[in-house]
Amino acid sequence: MAIVHSQASGMGGIRTAGDLVARMQLAKSMRLNDAKKFVADKLKVSLLDLTDEVAMREVREDLDIANVFMGYGAASRGIEAKANISKLLDLEINCVEKFKKKTGMLFK
Amino acid sequence: MGDGSFVEMSETEIRKEIEAGVAEGAKKAKCPPLTEDDIEKLMKIICDPRKFVSVERGNELVLTYDSQPLKFTRLGIPIAMPQILQIYERALMADTLEMAYVHYSAKPVKMILPEEEAAVAEALLITTPALLYGVMPNMPMYTKPDGPCENFTELMPKGLITEAQAAQLEAAALLETDLILLGKRMYEAGADGVDFDTTAAGGDAEFYAVLRAVEKLRAMYPKMNIEVGMSGEFILGFHGSLQYKGERLAGMYPHDQCRMVAAAGGTVVGAVVNTNTRKSFPWNLARSLTMCKYAVEVSSIPVHANVGMGVGGVPMQITPPIDCVSRASTAMAEVGKLDGL
Repeated sequence: MAIVHSQASGMGGIRTAGDLVARMQLAKSMRLNDAKKFVADKLKVSLLDLTDEVAMREVREDLDIANVFMGYGAASRGIEAKANISKLLDLEINCVEKFKKKTGMLFK
Repeated sequence: MGDGSFVEMSETEIRKEIEAGVAEGAKKAKCPPLTEDDIEKLMKIICDPRKFVSVERGNELVLTYDSQPLKFTRLGIPIAMPQILQIYERALMADTLEMAYVHYSAKPVKMILPEEEAAVAEALLITTPALLYGVMPNMPMYTKPDGPCENFTELMPKGLITEAQAAQLEAAALLETDLILLGKRMYEAGADGVDFDTTAAGGDAEFYAVLRAVEKLRAMYPKMNIEVGMSGEFILGFHGSLQYKGERLAGMYPHDQCRMVAAAGGTVVGAVVNTNTRKSFPWNLARSLTMCKYAVEVSSIPVHANVGMGVGGVPMQITPPIDCVSRASTAMAEVGKLDGL
Protein backbone atom coordinates (compact mmCIF):
# COMPACT_ATOMS: atom_id res chain seq x y z
CA MET A 1 0.00 0.00 0.00
CA ALA A 2 2.73 2.48 1.03
CA ILE A 3 4.71 1.70 -2.11
CA VAL A 4 1.69 2.21 -4.39
CA HIS A 5 0.86 5.61 -2.91
CA SER A 6 4.48 6.78 -2.93
CA GLN A 7 4.74 5.87 -6.63
CA ALA A 8 1.30 7.10 -7.69
CA SER A 9 1.09 10.44 -5.92
CA GLY A 10 3.78 10.88 -3.24
CA MET A 11 6.40 13.61 -3.31
CA GLY A 12 9.29 11.22 -2.70
CA GLY A 13 10.50 11.92 0.85
CA ILE A 14 14.22 12.65 1.25
CA ARG A 15 14.79 11.32 -2.30
CA THR A 16 13.32 14.66 -3.41
CA ALA A 17 11.79 17.38 -1.19
CA GLY A 18 8.76 15.55 0.21
CA ASP A 19 10.01 15.58 3.80
CA LEU A 20 10.53 19.35 3.69
CA VAL A 21 7.06 20.09 2.32
CA ALA A 22 5.56 17.69 4.85
CA ARG A 23 7.34 19.49 7.68
CA MET A 24 5.72 22.79 6.73
CA GLN A 25 2.29 21.16 6.65
CA LEU A 26 2.69 19.42 9.98
CA ALA A 27 4.37 22.27 11.82
CA LYS A 28 2.70 25.32 10.32
CA SER A 29 -0.54 23.94 8.85
CA MET A 30 0.52 25.23 5.43
CA ARG A 31 -1.73 24.05 2.62
CA LEU A 32 -0.03 21.93 -0.05
CA ASN A 33 0.63 24.61 -2.66
CA ASP A 34 1.77 27.14 -0.04
CA ALA A 35 4.13 24.59 1.52
CA LYS A 36 5.59 23.68 -1.87
CA LYS A 37 6.16 27.34 -2.75
CA PHE A 38 7.71 28.05 0.65
CA VAL A 39 10.16 25.16 0.30
CA ALA A 40 10.97 25.93 -3.35
CA ASP A 41 11.75 29.54 -2.42
CA LYS A 42 13.97 28.46 0.46
CA LEU A 43 15.84 25.99 -1.75
CA LYS A 44 15.93 28.50 -4.63
CA VAL A 45 14.50 25.91 -7.05
CA SER A 46 11.37 25.73 -9.21
CA LEU A 47 8.20 23.95 -8.11
CA LEU A 48 8.84 21.15 -10.61
CA ASP A 49 12.37 20.68 -9.22
CA LEU A 50 10.86 19.67 -5.87
CA THR A 51 10.05 16.19 -7.22
CA ASP A 52 13.00 15.89 -9.61
CA GLU A 53 15.25 13.21 -8.11
CA VAL A 54 18.33 14.29 -10.00
CA ALA A 55 18.01 18.00 -9.30
CA MET A 56 17.08 17.44 -5.68
CA ARG A 57 19.94 15.04 -4.98
CA GLU A 58 22.39 17.75 -5.99
CA VAL A 59 20.52 20.41 -4.04
CA ARG A 60 20.32 18.24 -0.95
CA GLU A 61 23.97 17.32 -1.11
CA ASP A 62 24.97 20.96 -1.58
CA LEU A 63 22.82 22.03 1.37
CA ASP A 64 23.89 18.99 3.43
CA ILE A 65 20.33 17.96 4.33
CA ALA A 66 20.39 14.18 3.74
CA ASN A 67 19.48 12.07 0.74
CA VAL A 68 18.65 8.41 0.28
CA PHE A 69 22.30 7.74 -0.54
CA MET A 70 23.91 7.13 2.84
CA GLY A 71 27.19 5.52 1.84
CA TYR A 72 30.68 6.79 2.61
CA GLY A 73 31.01 10.48 1.86
CA ALA A 74 27.25 11.01 1.95
CA ALA A 75 25.54 14.20 3.03
CA SER A 76 24.60 14.70 6.67
CA ARG A 77 22.01 12.30 7.99
CA GLY A 78 19.55 12.09 10.85
CA ILE A 79 20.00 14.68 13.56
CA GLU A 80 22.86 16.32 11.61
CA ALA A 81 20.63 16.87 8.60
CA LYS A 82 17.75 18.07 10.75
CA ALA A 83 19.95 20.75 12.32
CA ASN A 84 20.67 22.02 8.81
CA ILE A 85 17.00 21.75 7.77
CA SER A 86 15.98 23.74 10.84
CA LYS A 87 18.24 26.60 9.75
CA LEU A 88 17.29 26.31 6.09
CA LEU A 89 13.52 26.41 6.65
CA ASP A 90 13.78 28.76 9.63
CA LEU A 91 11.80 26.15 11.51
CA GLU A 92 12.27 25.01 15.08
CA ILE A 93 12.59 21.20 15.13
CA ASN A 94 11.88 19.68 18.50
CA CYS A 95 14.63 17.05 18.62
CA VAL A 96 17.22 19.50 17.29
CA GLU A 97 16.38 21.93 20.09
CA LYS A 98 16.72 19.09 22.61
CA PHE A 99 20.02 18.02 21.05
CA LYS A 100 21.37 21.56 21.37
CA LYS A 101 20.27 21.74 24.98
CA LYS A 102 21.79 18.37 25.90
CA THR A 103 25.11 19.05 24.20
CA GLY A 104 25.34 22.72 25.07
CA MET A 105 25.95 23.40 21.38
CA LEU A 106 24.72 26.56 19.73
CA PHE A 107 24.37 26.44 15.96
CA LYS A 108 25.02 29.55 13.94
CA MET B 1 -15.89 -3.88 -6.54
CA GLY B 2 -15.74 -2.55 -3.00
CA ASP B 3 -14.78 -6.03 -1.78
CA GLY B 4 -11.85 -6.22 -4.23
CA SER B 5 -13.45 -8.70 -6.64
CA PHE B 6 -12.73 -8.12 -10.34
CA VAL B 7 -15.53 -6.96 -12.66
CA GLU B 8 -15.61 -5.55 -16.17
CA MET B 9 -17.68 -2.48 -17.06
CA SER B 10 -18.28 -0.39 -20.18
CA GLU B 11 -17.47 3.35 -20.12
CA THR B 12 -21.21 4.08 -20.01
CA GLU B 13 -21.60 1.85 -16.96
CA ILE B 14 -18.61 3.45 -15.24
CA ARG B 15 -20.01 6.95 -15.84
CA LYS B 16 -23.34 5.91 -14.37
CA GLU B 17 -21.61 4.48 -11.30
CA ILE B 18 -19.58 7.68 -10.85
CA GLU B 19 -22.66 9.87 -11.14
CA ALA B 20 -24.54 7.71 -8.65
CA GLY B 21 -21.58 7.79 -6.22
CA VAL B 22 -21.32 11.58 -6.48
CA ALA B 23 -25.05 11.98 -5.87
CA GLU B 24 -24.94 9.68 -2.85
CA GLY B 25 -21.92 11.49 -1.36
CA ALA B 26 -23.49 14.92 -1.85
CA LYS B 27 -26.77 13.74 -0.33
CA LYS B 28 -25.23 12.09 2.73
CA ALA B 29 -22.73 14.84 3.59
CA LYS B 30 -25.02 17.66 2.42
CA CYS B 31 -22.21 19.04 0.29
CA PRO B 32 -21.84 20.16 -3.35
CA PRO B 33 -21.42 17.42 -5.97
CA LEU B 34 -18.28 17.07 -8.07
CA THR B 35 -18.31 19.30 -11.15
CA GLU B 36 -18.65 18.00 -14.72
CA ASP B 37 -14.95 18.74 -15.19
CA ASP B 38 -14.13 16.65 -12.09
CA ILE B 39 -16.21 13.76 -13.42
CA GLU B 40 -14.42 13.89 -16.78
CA LYS B 41 -11.04 13.83 -15.02
CA LEU B 42 -12.18 10.90 -12.90
CA MET B 43 -13.41 9.04 -16.00
CA LYS B 44 -9.96 9.40 -17.56
CA ILE B 45 -8.24 8.12 -14.44
CA ILE B 46 -10.56 5.14 -13.96
CA CYS B 47 -10.75 4.21 -17.66
CA ASP B 48 -7.00 4.43 -18.23
CA PRO B 49 -6.11 1.04 -19.79
CA ARG B 50 -2.88 0.76 -17.82
CA LYS B 51 -2.80 -1.23 -14.59
CA PHE B 52 -0.94 1.46 -12.65
CA VAL B 53 -1.95 5.13 -12.89
CA SER B 54 -0.09 8.09 -11.41
CA VAL B 55 -0.34 11.88 -11.13
CA GLU B 56 1.11 14.26 -13.67
CA ARG B 57 4.44 15.77 -12.62
CA GLY B 58 3.79 18.71 -10.32
CA ASN B 59 0.57 17.28 -8.86
CA GLU B 60 2.27 15.20 -6.14
CA LEU B 61 1.13 15.50 -2.55
CA VAL B 62 2.44 14.68 0.92
CA LEU B 63 2.07 11.28 2.57
CA THR B 64 1.52 10.66 6.26
CA TYR B 65 1.07 7.14 7.64
CA ASP B 66 -0.59 5.10 10.32
CA SER B 67 1.81 2.96 12.35
CA GLN B 68 4.70 2.20 10.01
CA PRO B 69 6.26 -0.44 12.36
CA LEU B 70 2.97 -2.37 12.49
CA LYS B 71 3.05 -2.89 8.73
CA PHE B 72 6.30 -4.88 8.96
CA THR B 73 5.09 -6.86 11.96
CA ARG B 74 2.02 -7.86 9.94
CA LEU B 75 4.31 -9.18 7.23
CA GLY B 76 6.14 -11.33 9.78
CA ILE B 77 9.40 -9.44 9.37
CA PRO B 78 11.00 -9.03 12.81
CA ILE B 79 12.94 -5.76 12.52
CA ALA B 80 13.36 -3.23 15.36
CA MET B 81 11.12 -0.17 15.09
CA PRO B 82 13.84 2.47 14.43
CA GLN B 83 15.17 0.37 11.56
CA ILE B 84 11.69 0.04 10.08
CA LEU B 85 11.50 3.83 10.00
CA GLN B 86 14.88 3.95 8.25
CA ILE B 87 13.51 1.60 5.59
CA TYR B 88 10.47 3.85 5.11
CA GLU B 89 12.76 6.87 4.85
CA ARG B 90 15.38 5.49 2.47
CA ALA B 91 13.63 2.72 0.52
CA LEU B 92 9.93 3.52 0.55
CA MET B 93 10.14 7.28 -0.11
CA ALA B 94 8.16 8.28 2.97
CA ASP B 95 7.57 12.01 3.39
CA THR B 96 6.93 11.54 7.13
CA LEU B 97 7.57 8.87 9.77
CA GLU B 98 5.32 7.42 12.43
CA MET B 99 6.54 5.40 15.40
CA ALA B 100 3.90 3.23 17.03
CA TYR B 101 3.43 0.22 19.28
CA VAL B 102 2.08 -2.88 17.56
CA HIS B 103 -1.26 -2.77 19.43
CA TYR B 104 -1.63 0.86 18.28
CA SER B 105 -4.12 1.70 21.07
CA ALA B 106 -3.34 4.47 23.56
CA LYS B 107 -4.10 2.52 26.72
CA PRO B 108 -1.53 -0.34 26.39
CA VAL B 109 1.25 2.12 25.51
CA LYS B 110 1.13 3.48 29.06
CA MET B 111 2.52 0.16 30.37
CA ILE B 112 5.58 0.35 28.11
CA LEU B 113 6.00 4.11 27.85
CA PRO B 114 9.73 4.26 28.77
CA GLU B 115 10.57 1.66 26.10
CA GLU B 116 8.53 3.51 23.52
CA GLU B 117 10.19 6.79 24.43
CA ALA B 118 13.60 5.15 24.01
CA ALA B 119 12.65 3.86 20.54
CA VAL B 120 11.47 7.35 19.56
CA ALA B 121 14.64 9.00 20.91
CA GLU B 122 16.82 6.45 19.09
CA ALA B 123 14.96 6.85 15.80
CA LEU B 124 15.18 10.64 15.99
CA LEU B 125 18.99 10.49 15.91
CA ILE B 126 19.12 8.46 12.70
CA THR B 127 16.16 9.66 10.61
CA THR B 128 15.45 12.92 8.78
CA PRO B 129 11.68 13.46 8.08
CA ALA B 130 9.26 14.65 10.76
CA LEU B 131 8.53 11.82 13.18
CA LEU B 132 5.14 11.52 14.86
CA TYR B 133 4.13 9.07 17.57
CA GLY B 134 0.87 7.44 16.56
CA VAL B 135 -1.87 5.85 18.63
CA MET B 136 -5.51 4.95 18.20
CA PRO B 137 -7.60 6.52 20.99
CA ASN B 138 -9.77 3.35 21.04
CA MET B 139 -12.04 4.47 23.89
CA PRO B 140 -13.87 1.11 24.21
CA MET B 141 -10.67 -0.30 25.79
CA TYR B 142 -11.58 1.68 28.90
CA THR B 143 -14.87 -0.23 29.31
CA LYS B 144 -15.53 -3.65 30.88
CA PRO B 145 -14.17 -6.29 30.46
CA ASP B 146 -11.01 -4.50 29.24
CA GLY B 147 -11.25 -1.45 31.51
CA PRO B 148 -12.85 0.04 34.63
CA CYS B 149 -15.91 1.77 33.09
CA GLU B 150 -19.32 0.24 32.51
CA ASN B 151 -19.74 -0.98 28.92
CA PHE B 152 -22.05 1.49 27.19
CA THR B 153 -22.74 -0.89 24.32
CA GLU B 154 -24.28 -3.31 26.83
CA LEU B 155 -26.19 -0.61 28.74
CA MET B 156 -27.88 0.94 25.69
CA PRO B 157 -29.77 -2.16 24.48
CA LYS B 158 -31.18 -2.44 28.01
CA GLY B 159 -32.61 1.06 27.75
CA LEU B 160 -30.20 2.45 30.36
CA ILE B 161 -29.43 5.54 28.28
CA THR B 162 -28.45 7.91 31.09
CA GLU B 163 -26.15 5.27 32.58
CA ALA B 164 -24.63 4.61 29.12
CA GLN B 165 -23.97 8.32 28.65
CA ALA B 166 -22.35 8.58 32.09
CA ALA B 167 -20.16 5.54 31.34
CA GLN B 168 -18.98 7.16 28.09
CA LEU B 169 -18.05 10.39 29.84
CA GLU B 170 -16.09 8.43 32.43
CA ALA B 171 -14.21 6.53 29.71
CA ALA B 172 -13.66 9.73 27.73
CA ALA B 173 -12.08 11.42 30.76
CA LEU B 174 -9.64 8.50 31.21
CA LEU B 175 -8.82 8.53 27.50
CA GLU B 176 -8.22 12.28 27.49
CA THR B 177 -5.78 11.95 30.41
CA ASP B 178 -3.88 9.16 28.65
CA LEU B 179 -3.66 11.01 25.33
CA ILE B 180 -2.26 14.07 27.08
CA LEU B 181 0.26 11.88 28.95
CA LEU B 182 1.40 10.16 25.74
CA GLY B 183 1.61 13.41 23.81
CA LYS B 184 3.56 15.10 26.57
CA ARG B 185 6.04 12.25 27.05
CA MET B 186 6.68 11.72 23.34
CA TYR B 187 7.17 15.43 22.73
CA GLU B 188 9.58 15.58 25.67
CA ALA B 189 11.42 12.60 24.10
CA GLY B 190 11.90 14.77 21.00
CA ALA B 191 9.15 13.61 18.64
CA ASP B 192 7.84 16.27 16.28
CA GLY B 193 4.35 15.49 17.45
CA VAL B 194 1.53 12.99 17.62
CA ASP B 195 -1.02 11.35 15.36
CA PHE B 196 -4.30 10.33 16.99
CA ASP B 197 -5.45 7.91 14.33
CA THR B 198 -8.88 6.27 13.83
CA THR B 199 -10.36 8.95 16.06
CA ALA B 200 -14.04 8.55 16.98
CA ALA B 201 -14.21 4.83 16.23
CA GLY B 202 -15.84 4.67 19.67
CA GLY B 203 -18.32 7.42 18.81
CA ASP B 204 -18.90 11.06 19.69
CA ALA B 205 -17.52 10.74 23.25
CA GLU B 206 -14.21 9.50 21.84
CA PHE B 207 -14.09 12.43 19.41
CA TYR B 208 -14.84 14.77 22.34
CA ALA B 209 -11.96 13.30 24.38
CA VAL B 210 -9.53 13.65 21.47
CA LEU B 211 -10.53 17.25 20.75
CA ARG B 212 -10.06 18.17 24.42
CA ALA B 213 -6.68 16.40 24.53
CA VAL B 214 -5.55 18.23 21.37
CA GLU B 215 -6.66 21.56 22.85
CA LYS B 216 -4.67 20.94 26.03
CA LEU B 217 -1.56 19.68 24.24
CA ARG B 218 -1.69 22.73 21.97
CA ALA B 219 -1.82 24.99 25.04
CA MET B 220 1.17 23.17 26.57
CA TYR B 221 3.23 22.91 23.38
CA PRO B 222 2.42 25.67 20.87
CA LYS B 223 4.82 24.24 18.26
CA MET B 224 3.78 20.59 18.47
CA ASN B 225 2.77 18.86 15.22
CA ILE B 226 -0.66 17.33 15.83
CA GLU B 227 -2.40 15.18 13.26
CA VAL B 228 -5.87 13.77 13.94
CA GLY B 229 -6.89 10.96 11.62
CA MET B 230 -10.57 10.11 11.69
CA SER B 231 -12.09 6.63 11.63
CA GLY B 232 -15.29 7.08 9.61
CA GLU B 233 -17.23 9.48 7.45
CA PHE B 234 -19.90 9.92 10.11
CA ILE B 235 -19.51 10.50 13.87
CA LEU B 236 -21.56 7.80 15.57
CA GLY B 237 -23.78 9.30 18.25
CA PHE B 238 -23.42 6.69 20.97
CA HIS B 239 -23.79 9.53 23.47
CA GLY B 240 -25.76 11.79 21.18
CA SER B 241 -25.69 15.08 23.07
CA LEU B 242 -22.00 15.94 23.37
CA GLN B 243 -20.93 19.32 22.07
CA TYR B 244 -17.51 20.84 21.45
CA LYS B 245 -17.30 24.63 21.21
CA GLY B 246 -21.09 24.74 21.00
CA GLU B 247 -21.46 22.22 18.15
CA ARG B 248 -23.02 18.79 18.44
CA LEU B 249 -20.48 16.16 17.44
CA ALA B 250 -22.79 13.26 16.63
CA GLY B 251 -23.59 13.03 12.94
CA MET B 252 -20.72 15.20 11.71
CA TYR B 253 -19.40 14.40 8.22
CA PRO B 254 -15.76 14.95 7.09
CA HIS B 255 -16.02 18.69 6.39
CA ASP B 256 -17.35 19.37 9.90
CA GLN B 257 -14.92 16.93 11.49
CA CYS B 258 -12.06 18.86 9.87
CA ARG B 259 -13.39 22.16 11.23
CA MET B 260 -13.53 20.73 14.74
CA VAL B 261 -9.97 19.38 14.61
CA ALA B 262 -8.72 22.77 13.41
CA ALA B 263 -10.67 24.54 16.15
CA ALA B 264 -9.08 22.29 18.79
CA GLY B 265 -5.56 23.06 17.55
CA GLY B 266 -4.70 20.20 15.19
CA THR B 267 -2.25 21.03 12.39
CA VAL B 268 -3.29 18.29 9.94
CA VAL B 269 -6.51 16.30 9.74
CA GLY B 270 -7.20 12.92 8.14
CA ALA B 271 -10.58 12.64 6.41
CA VAL B 272 -12.22 9.24 6.05
CA VAL B 273 -14.97 8.00 3.76
CA ASN B 274 -15.92 4.36 4.17
CA THR B 275 -16.02 1.86 1.31
CA ASN B 276 -19.27 0.03 0.62
CA THR B 277 -18.21 -3.52 -0.25
CA ARG B 278 -21.39 -4.18 -2.28
CA LYS B 279 -20.86 -1.19 -4.58
CA SER B 280 -18.39 -0.75 -7.43
CA PHE B 281 -14.97 0.88 -7.23
CA PRO B 282 -16.05 3.89 -9.39
CA TRP B 283 -19.10 4.41 -7.16
CA ASN B 284 -17.03 4.29 -3.98
CA LEU B 285 -14.23 6.50 -5.28
CA ALA B 286 -16.66 9.11 -6.65
CA ARG B 287 -18.56 9.19 -3.36
CA SER B 288 -15.33 9.50 -1.39
CA LEU B 289 -13.99 12.29 -3.60
CA THR B 290 -17.23 14.25 -3.28
CA MET B 291 -16.96 14.36 0.50
CA CYS B 292 -13.18 14.81 0.65
CA LYS B 293 -13.07 17.60 -1.94
CA TYR B 294 -15.59 19.63 0.05
CA ALA B 295 -13.66 18.97 3.29
CA VAL B 296 -10.52 20.37 1.61
CA GLU B 297 -12.45 23.45 0.48
CA VAL B 298 -13.85 24.34 3.91
CA SER B 299 -10.91 23.27 6.09
CA SER B 300 -8.44 25.84 7.39
CA ILE B 301 -5.73 23.20 7.89
CA PRO B 302 -4.23 20.60 5.50
CA VAL B 303 -6.47 17.61 4.85
CA HIS B 304 -4.98 14.16 4.23
CA ALA B 305 -7.49 11.62 2.95
CA ASN B 306 -7.27 8.15 4.44
CA VAL B 307 -6.77 5.86 1.46
CA GLY B 308 -6.08 2.51 3.05
CA MET B 309 -7.94 -0.77 3.12
CA GLY B 310 -11.70 -0.08 3.07
CA VAL B 311 -11.54 3.73 3.01
CA GLY B 312 -11.15 6.49 0.44
CA GLY B 313 -12.55 4.36 -2.38
CA VAL B 314 -10.01 1.57 -1.82
CA PRO B 315 -11.62 -1.90 -1.66
CA MET B 316 -12.01 -3.59 1.72
CA GLN B 317 -9.36 -6.20 1.15
CA ILE B 318 -6.10 -7.06 2.95
CA THR B 319 -4.37 -7.12 -0.46
CA PRO B 320 -6.16 -4.26 -2.26
CA PRO B 321 -5.71 -4.33 -6.07
CA ILE B 322 -2.96 -1.98 -7.26
CA ASP B 323 -5.26 -0.90 -10.12
CA CYS B 324 -7.67 0.57 -7.58
CA VAL B 325 -5.13 1.97 -5.09
CA SER B 326 -3.13 3.81 -7.74
CA ARG B 327 -6.33 5.27 -9.23
CA ALA B 328 -7.65 6.33 -5.83
CA SER B 329 -4.26 7.90 -5.02
CA THR B 330 -4.18 9.80 -8.32
CA ALA B 331 -7.80 10.94 -8.13
CA MET B 332 -7.41 12.20 -4.57
CA ALA B 333 -4.54 14.41 -5.74
CA GLU B 334 -5.93 15.60 -9.07
CA VAL B 335 -9.70 15.64 -8.54
CA GLY B 336 -10.07 15.94 -4.76
CA LYS B 337 -7.16 18.42 -4.49
CA LEU B 338 -6.12 16.87 -1.19
CA ASP B 339 -3.12 18.28 0.68
CA GLY B 340 -1.94 14.77 1.36
CA LEU B 341 -2.88 11.17 1.94
